[in-house]
Amino acid sequence: MSELTKLTLAEARDALRGGETTSVALTEACLAAIEGAGALNAFVHHTPEIALEQAKAADARIAAGEAPAMCGMPLGIKDLFCTKGVPSQAASRILEDFRPEYESTVTQNLWDAGAVMLGKLNMDEFAMGSSNETSTYGNAVNPWRRGKDEAQLTPGGSSGGSAAAVAADLCLAATGTDTGGSIRQPAAFTGIVGLKPTYGRCSRWGVVAFASSLDQAGPMTKTVRDAAIMLGAMAGHDMKDSTSADLPVPDFEAMLTGDIRGKKIGIPSEYRMDGMPDEIETLWHKGAEMLKDAGAQIVDISLPHTKYALPAYYVIAPAEASSNLARYDGVRYGHRAKLAEGDGIVEMYEKTRAEGFGAEVQRRVMIGTYVLSAGFYDAYYNRARKVRALIKRDFDAVFAQGVDAILTPATPSAAFGLGEMADADPVQMYLNDVFTVTVNLAGLPGVSVPAGLDKQGLPLGLQLIGRPWEEGELLNAAEALERAAGFVSKPSKWW
Amino acid sequence: MSIDTDTARRVAHLARIAVKEDDLPELAQELSGILTFMEQLGEVDVEGVEPMTGVTPMRLKRRQDVVTDGGMQDKILSNAPDAREGFFAVPKVVE
Repeated sequence: MSELTKLTLAEARDALRGGETTSVALTEACLAAIEGAGALNAFVHHTPEIALEQAKAADARIAAGEAPAMCGMPLGIKDLFCTKGVPSQAASRILEDFRPEYESTVTQNLWDAGAVMLGKLNMDEFAMGSSNETSTYGNAVNPWRRGKDEAQLTPGGSSGGSAAAVAADLCLAATGTDTGGSIRQPAAFTGIVGLKPTYGRCSRWGVVAFASSLDQAGPMTKTVRDAAIMLGAMAGHDMKDSTSADLPVPDFEAMLTGDIRGKKIGIPSEYRMDGMPDEIETLWHKGAEMLKDAGAQIVDISLPHTKYALPAYYVIAPAEASSNLARYDGVRYGHRAKLAEGDGIVEMYEKTRAEGFGAEVQRRVMIGTYVLSAGFYDAYYNRARKVRALIKRDFDAVFAQGVDAILTPATPSAAFGLGEMADADPVQMYLNDVFTVTVNLAGLPGVSVPAGLDKQGLPLGLQLIGRPWEEGELLNAAEALERAAGFVSKPSKWW
Repeated sequence: MSIDTDTARRVAHLARIAVKEDDLPELAQELSGILTFMEQLGEVDVEGVEPMTGVTPMRLKRRQDVVTDGGMQDKILSNAPDAREGFFAVPKVVE
């Protein structure tokens, strides 16, 4: 029975349509796997009743014929998505006991397609973090280990629970969100596929906001094909999100031919960072060779403002966060601090937010407040937005030269140990996003594909960046890379 | 730009986050560290560049300015830490 949880979405779809299994059987297998995986702390709210009800409905729909591809698929949902009547806390104490009265558009799209919700997944608080260590639920744990070393590793962040759950076969796939790399970095750390779509491809409605001009939801899956299938169900125009794109959603899966002959793949020289481990550099070379062997043309390109992406990001994202998180005031939902005799409304705000927000969230809200404050707005915020325009211009120029996709490492290292960065400067943690933030700043689609193991036996990922709205082309290149890399390793079960 | 204790106190208040007096020096130091990292942006020539607002050049969608839902007071209040008689309740604001 446990084998069922190892199925990809594509395999499960075919098995369901062929009558070889049922959604109820798949769902029960996943629920049992989740039950036995408490040590990973990936699922933080369990919804078995909802799951079984949805699975039964899916089975009926499949039996009636013409069910969509996602019908009957048991999924994990990142805690950032509002799910009606089910705790949705963004892994923050300030949203304790919050049960939304509404459903996010992305999850509604998935349920409309017949998908099944197993529960909510751990993450960094308000998606602010790169190691899932800022969560009010405690750390999510990577199912991978360094050989026989029992030290617990981070699954990455912020979508750490999603990555751990998919890598450990607790669910067939999961939703993630990506503001600076929060889908792609955890995917790379856990040997799975993570896709950040073009900004505007998936509705942000009902997704707890972090930095609205950067946030984008996407699939975290076992294969590139699965990412194509799941993106198709998540995406689409939504009147409730004015930045969601009014564009048709193509059949992404149908675009996966694996044929990339004649495609131009750019290798940006600026992504060769000082102190980058040799293994990452070697993997990057190998990835380029693989794409070349598949018939692509490899070209050197330049993205001159890359170096400034991280500092620009760490002005813009906290600025937007400080504004978005102003809503947590202890009045309409979530936590309110116990007040002392004589405390007024300002004390209520200040105590509530001090108790409700963790250290990293407080830090970012305050940085954001500072860069938006009178006298500093131009020096920091406006300058960062100008630099952002230049970063986007770099990509526009490269795509105008005929480059179809860009190949980079996904992360500057393999998964690190939980607690290893505890004493590090916050900026050290921010460096995890060095290869991924540029994509959010420019609004482009990016995908992390598992491409190999390091010396310690940990997965490493490569990132492909595509042209806006061309996720189909991008996934096709990703599939060519996936086929060539032939990554089939799985973590050995210890949990 | 280095942030001193007074600035840290002011920023914390602007952000409506209570920070203990004893914790302000450390906060000031952390914020200074992050801002130092951002100083690099000063190296970039941004002359004549428009600050970017959205990634996709598109006109914001418009719709009729009409009421499309409502009449759900119970739902609006269902998550409130303190709701009374159909209202959100807060400490006294006006003396």
